[in-house]
Amino acid sequence: MNWNKVYGLSLRHFYLIKSSFPRILDLIYWPSIQIFLWGFISKFFTLSSSYYNNTVGVILSAAILYDFLFRSSISYNMMFLEEIWSRNFTNLFISPIKIKEIIAALTLTAIVRTLIGMVPAALLAIPLFGVSIFKIGLPLISLLLSLYIFGITLGLLVTSGLIRFGPSFENIAWASLFFLAPLGCIYYPIEILPEWLQVIAKILPLVHIFEEMRNILINDIISYTQIFLAITISIFYFMLGVAVFYISYAGAKVRGTLINVGE
Amino acid sequence: MKLEVKNLEKKFKNFTAVKNINFHIDNGQTLGVLGPNGCGKTTTIGMLLGLIKPSNGKILIDDENFENLNREKILSQFNFASPYVELPKKLTVKENLEIYGRLYGVKDLTRRIQEVSDDLNLSIFLNKKTGELSSGQKNRVSLAKSLINNPKILFLDEPTASLDPDIGDFVRNYIEDYKSKNKVSILLASHNMKEVERLCDQVIMMKEGEIVDRGTCQSLIDKHGRNNLEDTFLKLARNKNELE
Repeated sequence: MNWNKVYGLSLRHFYLIKSSFPRILDLIYWPSIQIFLWGFISKFFTLSSSYYNNTVGVILSAAILYDFLFRSSISYNMMFLEEIWSRNFTNLFISPIKIKEIIAALTLTAIVRTLIGMVPAALLAIPLFGVSIFKIGLPLISLLLSLYIFGITLGLLVTSGLIRFGPSFENIAWASLFFLAPLGCIYYPIEILPEWLQVIAKILPLVHIFEEMRNILINDIISYTQIFLAITISIFYFMLGVAVFYISYAGAKVRGTLINVGE
Repeated sequence: MKLEVKNLEKKFKNFTAVKNINFHIDNGQTLGVLGPNGCGKTTTIGMLLGLIKPSNGKILIDDENFENLNREKILSQFNFASPYVELPKKLTVKENLEIYGRLYGVKDLTRRIQEVSDDLNLSIFLNKKTGELSSGQKNRVSLAKSLINNPKILFLDEPTASLDPDIGDFVRNYIEDYKSKNKVSILLASHNMKEVERLCDQVIMMKEGEIVDRGTCQSLIDKHGRNNLEDTFLKLARNKNELE
């Protein structure tokens, strides 16, 4: 791994972010809107539901964590799409950069984009709704790490599709996370799902992350097993995502789609 | 650096885009690749740049098979410019050159950026966003990017397309001058026959994925009894049977 090249490619995205104030505003705008929306829904549920009684902020915390996942994945996809939209794709793929260096650069840069959006949103929730995601404590770092790895994995899978099928795959980039959201049990316990769906849901890290978040906020108990499981499953999917990306890249070279994507 | 192509072929399902082609570019030579649209030029360049996997045949770099060589090491000695491939428009010229300098592992990058910028009259645009430049300026930035690593083999796809005669002439002069000073091997795909006559030592003519003729510009003009390369190109492009 040549870190100078990873830094070089990351610079491309940092320069892009810093060059445009509307772009920074866009990164902050959507997570903040989510906080407003879910803040009011959360307030209503807290006042009206016995389940959520005395558990102020569970829904809003879930919304913040889910948005973190969403932003991680979208950031990754967006950075890849930027190369296609700017017709820079060919220049990038003929440069002496390894695929793993491209993945590393996108992964490291996606966290910056994600945090630009999420930090103001999470801070906004404190004075506006009296909800602090930081109440989760140290396990929050593990939960965010797991969410980030899984978000990047979804980004990798979508970018693999972009390489394989070209820019027409772009719509899938936007839809990918909504497909998994119902199975993630973000706002409700896993028991709500039919039994056969619970089996599928458990092989995703999301259920373990959000169940653990509720466990900490509602019961004040930390299950390290659940956290370990969430991270392990996320890493497994990440490795799968990397493999799919390599396979798509090799396939694109055979089909010649790298040239079509780039021009 | 010497580039040699042996029996190179690319099939896409039932369509053969490039059919069993052979050519070589000796160190410091310029090879022109001519042919009508869809003749296989882009696919050939794509294979040489490692973007497309050949179905058959070999690409040899200094007599070593590309497939057996370290991809990154080889690509660090190549570069490519085309008006159809752009640099990020929202970034300044300097930022773009810095990024590609880093990707190509260029040492003393600040000095190199200044050098190519001075050579291509880009110094006054260095802090301007690439997307705000005229097509002639963008074209020179693209050329600067392609020279940032002092490539041993340079691939140029229609480097003066859509440029006014003055800028076009500047670019051709620059390529000529750069070649004489740096012993770079160049593969030039172009539809501008005067440019090809001026810059190329050898020419291959492609049609429907095959090389239909080759030689120096003058030898092809003489062989086909035409007055210039453009008329020769038209003859070859329109009448394949005559060649057979």
